[in-house]
Amino acid sequence: MAEIAANARHDPEAAAATRRYFWNRFLVYAVLTLFAVIYLAPLLVVVFNSLREQSEIARNGLISLPRSFRLDAWAEAWGTYCVSGTCEGMKRNFFNSLWMAIPATVISTLLGAMNGYVLSKWRFKGSEVLFNLMLLGVFMPGQISLMPWAFLLGKLGLTNSTYGLVLIHVVQGISFTTLFCRNFYVSIPDDLIKAARIDGAGFWRIFRKIILPLSPPILIVTVIWQFTGIWNEYLFGVVFTSGQQQPITAALVALTAGGTTARAYDVMSAAVLIGALPPLLIYLFGGKYFVRGLTQGAIK
Amino acid sequence: MSTRDLTVPVAAPATPWRQRLGTMVPILVLAPSLAASFIYVFVFTLWTLYLSLSSSSLMPTYGFVGLDNYASLWVNRRWNIAYTNLFLFSGFYIVGSMAIGLLLAILIDQRVRGEAVWRTIFLYPLAVSFIVTGTVWSWLYNPVDGIQAFVRGLGWTDFSFALTANRNTAIYAVIITGIWQSSGFAMALFLAGLRSVDPDLIKAAQIDGASVFRTYRKVILPTIAPIFLAVAVIQIQFAIKTFDLVAALTRGGPGVSTTFPAIYVYDLMFQRGQIGEGAAAAMMMLAALAVVLVPYSVWIVWRRRAEGRNG
Repeated sequence: MAEIAANARHDPEAAAATRRYFWNRFLVYAVLTLFAVIYLAPLLVVVFNSLREQSEIARNGLISLPRSFRLDAWAEAWGTYCVSGTCEGMKRNFFNSLWMAIPATVISTLLGAMNGYVLSKWRFKGSEVLFNLMLLGVFMPGQISLMPWAFLLGKLGLTNSTYGLVLIHVVQGISFTTLFCRNFYVSIPDDLIKAARIDGAGFWRIFRKIILPLSPPILIVTVIWQFTGIWNEYLFGVVFTSGQQQPITAALVALTAGGTTARAYDVMSAAVLIGALPPLLIYLFGGKYFVRGLTQGAIK
Repeated sequence: MSTRDLTVPVAAPATPWRQRLGTMVPILVLAPSLAASFIYVFVFTLWTLYLSLSSSSLMPTYGFVGLDNYASLWVNRRWNIAYTNLFLFSGFYIVGSMAIGLLLAILIDQRVRGEAVWRTIFLYPLAVSFIVTGTVWSWLYNPVDGIQAFVRGLGWTDFSFALTANRNTAIYAVIITGIWQSSGFAMALFLAGLRSVDPDLIKAAQIDGASVFRTYRKVILPTIAPIFLAVAVIQIQFAIKTFDLVAALTRGGPGVSTTFPAIYVYDLMFQRGQIGEGAAAAMMMLAALAVVLVPYSVWIVWRRRAEGRNG
């Protein structure tokens, strides 16, 4: 598209075109910068406030450049801040989220890869129908499943436990991971599989030797999608766990809802950042592959 | 779809018994996931449907009361506010985030320097939870400490920006925050779409002397029309399921002004012990989703068939 703009420079009616080109470029960058400021401002505000002293925030409001610099609020938010009776900060909830998100991501991704492999390379009568039925899970609103889950988790003895949340996220995630992987594997040439079969390779060997080595692009997408989704999830966390078992999202709401007393914005800012950090880091390091993979196969 | 049926053995040195086992493997691999998905989608939905027709209050019971729960839902003022909010929010949120997403995508598509940096900036809110976004924005909307105080501090002393403090405007705070969170996602999808347009098509328009604006309007945007629909459908889904954002941003208030169906379901089921009516509200959410998704799926299937016919 930009070729149009670029070519304008070589237009015979040069002067006017050059001027127009310059203003076009200026406008493009001006608008982008304006939006970048809007997008980055909230993040900067929280980062600054986690470093400022509470007295300074109380005096100058939330939005201003830091005049003090200290990491106390981070230490307090991590380890000693008191929420609903216990003074352990976000530490425990952070690890709850980690021990929930890691296994749930790994299991649902593995299942998705195997399902996707079957549904794209080992089709059988009715497999398309089954695929479409599994897809329905993508659209289910969590609210529909709340009571059934409450009953099932109770029966399984998993109420108020991280395992219960892992189970929920795996079941919920299968539809997404299967969809992503299946759409990606469809583009792997069938001749490759056929050749391997002629050489005597079976189901699992083809999976390990051909499919998995080709999978990193889609597995990165799936892992990022699942991990951030599960880490950020709130509804199931707040409904099925309480107190020390809560994932960090639920704990954050409990922490920031803290009534009418003077609000410790410095500690809350640090807590918010602790809760946002893992998916942010994953996104910063993997975001490039995420967008590429997402548009390559996941969403068509 | 070029996939052939690969379950027919190509080289078959194996015994019939092993062969049969071999053809069973794919199905056995799929079975646990299928069973789980089946239970999750169908059994759970029917279960909740049944609860919505039952007299369940604090505990699920199975006394059948027909559509009573739905009737009491629809005469409830708070539910009507929730449903109105859903429409209002969905409309503004989808149009807003798509418009901004498209604008940013087109700007980035002008061969800007540091494309990756711009993209990262616009997309990072997507990685952050609605809880984090909602919490931070609730501070920014706070008239005492947030944006209003900041602008007044700059010298504009009667500047007013207290959306969340007012019943009539709180919903717009939710809308703005929602757009802030998700327009980057729309941008990413649009950008991918713009990049997938056949360059020859653009060249042809150029040769015909079309301006940049005209080329977008007449050539590029029409070819990525399906992406508009896909983005809209994804966003509508987010909108209907909106719970976390409101939970962290306004907690449904002031009063009940930012109640959403998702909040309502949670409240009824887990705060007020009206499981039956909560289930009815959840079914209404599913209905809202179906109204959007069923026609969309039908259209997708139709389009695939049409593409199949045209090669």
